Amino acid sequence: MLKTVIPFGPQHPVLPEPLHLKLTVEDEVITEAIPALGFVHRGLEMLANIRDFKQMTQVVERVCGICSMIHAMCYCQGIEAIMGIEVPRRATFLRTIWSELNRMHSHLLWLGLFADSFGFESLFMQLWKIREKVLDLNEATAGNRIIVSVNVIGGVRRDLAPEQISWMLAELAEVEQEINRLGSTLLTDYTVKKRTAGKGVITKDKAFELGLAGPTLRASGVCQDMRMLGYAAFDQLDFEPVVETGGDCYARSKVRFREVLQSIDLIRQALSRIDQSEIRTKVKGRPQGETVCRVEQPRGELFYYIKADGTKNLERLRIRTPTFANIPALLSILPGMWLSDVPVAVLSIDPCISCTER
Amino acid sequence: MFKMTPNVLRNLFFPKATRRYPLEVRAPFENVRGALMNDIEKCTFCSACALKCPSQCIAVDKKAATWSYDPFACVFCGICVEICPAESLHQKPEYRLPVAQRESILLKGEPGQKIEKSS
Amino acid sequence: MRDEVISVDPDNLVGAVAKIKVEGYRFVTLSCMQGDENMVVVLYHFDKDLVLKHLRVSVPADRALPSITPVYFAAFLVENEIQDLFGLRFSGLAVDYERTLYLEGDVKVTPFCRYTVAKMNADKAKMLSASADLPGTGGS
Repeated sequence: MLKTVIPFGPQHPVLPEPLHLKLTVEDEVITEAIPALGFVHRGLEMLANIRDFKQMTQVVERVCGICSMIHAMCYCQGIEAIMGIEVPRRATFLRTIWSELNRMHSHLLWLGLFADSFGFESLFMQLWKIREKVLDLNEATAGNRIIVSVNVIGGVRRDLAPEQISWMLAELAEVEQEINRLGSTLLTDYTVKKRTAGKGVITKDKAFELGLAGPTLRASGVCQDMRMLGYAAFDQLDFEPVVETGGDCYARSKVRFREVLQSIDLIRQALSRIDQSEIRTKVKGRPQGETVCRVEQPRGELFYYIKADGTKNLERLRIRTPTFANIPALLSILPGMWLSDVPVAVLSIDPCISCTER
Repeated sequence: MFKMTPNVLRNLFFPKATRRYPLEVRAPFENVRGALMNDIEKCTFCSACALKCPSQCIAVDKKAATWSYDPFACVFCGICVEICPAESLHQKPEYRLPVAQRESILLKGEPGQKIEKSS
Repeated sequence: MRDEVISVDPDNLVGAVAKIKVEGYRFVTLSCMQGDENMVVVLYHFDKDLVLKHLRVSVPADRALPSITPVYFAAFLVENEIQDLFGLRFSGLAVDYERTLYLEGDVKVTPFCRYTVAKMNADKAKMLSASADLPGTGGS
């Protein structure tokens, strides 16, 4: 049988970001997939040697647009751990609220793109219409729509007024209602199931062995969520990770759909339990030491290794983003698939390439 | 099948979700970090903003009393507004409008200004 | 770091990693950084039930480190990244991009290596400045 090599990406209608896959195809079936990266590598880790450790908060936010808030939160938590800074309780709650808003808009973006990947354009538009409301919540409370710049070492930069809290609750109720209305389409529609169910199955053992992270791992039945570590205010909220056992594209979309609703619930809990206190502590001195900090991004486990030597620049800042861990999954699920299912399978791991390459 | 149809029908009876943007502009939220402005009369040219800026888009010359700013390199984080000791920097809630050509802003003030103590 | 850090010799690395896999750990990632003088420090991070375990390996920059891809296949991407950015080579990589994961094929520098100016004695400085004058040997 004739072997053909088909390049998939870096520019492809279904891909939000430049990922290149070399697909070896026999007839219409993939036999081998080799990823190629390096289209958006910016060397941000190296910027830690030029910008001082406080400016790096704004730099790491720009590792990736969609998960920006959580990047900065992870970085600040890491530096705070090195310097032994106690963050005020109210600040940790505010961080939790903004990080869950971030997760909501990221998942809604992904659900829309996923609908688009199998050609369901009206579902895509409806989901992004809801996402717009979440972005408005960000804009009104944090000051910016996506890269919210609220984190600072030692706390947060914005506070919530009581009337803002009640407005947020009302908006969230509306968002929840609209998401639930689309839920039956996304999860039970015949065409959607036909395109996603049973495609790209990763078994529990395989997912664990490949070191996958986030919803991709949880959809295979592994209960692993960094929020279980109880960072920020997650130790004060009732939280159960969302786990599905299917391991296919359908299970992955279901995990993310359920996580949007879970995020709404977590924000409600955080808004009701928020303490009255300062939002920021003064930071004196420079960090010295090394630490590892992990938080849960929309795409999975975010890993920061920070080494500081007591100067104003960090000695080493290492960022391992969840998509970096999830790319080996593509090598495992693509062989044996039909060429027409590749867009759905590639999107199902939620590839965020500017995160991956930094 | 036809799970989307109720949504489609609902949307027929609701107003548009989009706006005809340049003709119709939504009022901005309060405290949004929009265009960066400098009250050059208040500015003391202390260079604090230029030093703290994460994207290094501000340059200050104390002797010539100039403050220059590249809005295309600016990331609108608002750090400079927060640390400005003279409170001359502020951000408008409106965003900067798109322009066809790259431009930078150069403001010239009086040298030797001191922070006015408001009683 | 609060978690357990084990120092490992490069020769025993694959064995140590295989032991960790048997213990049921999930591969997280590798972190690479410049150590003292010509050494490169590589940290291997593993996770089990939200608890991390790290292996620390120091290796001279010009010596190849054994790849752990036979044990954890997922490490191929990060090992290739380190090859690109630090110039450290891994032997026995499952998928070797030959330093073209991020970089173009004709790039010979390693972007993440920090070049430090070492104090040199007068003889060596004289020797270097003499060799720099010769055509074709500059920029050693």
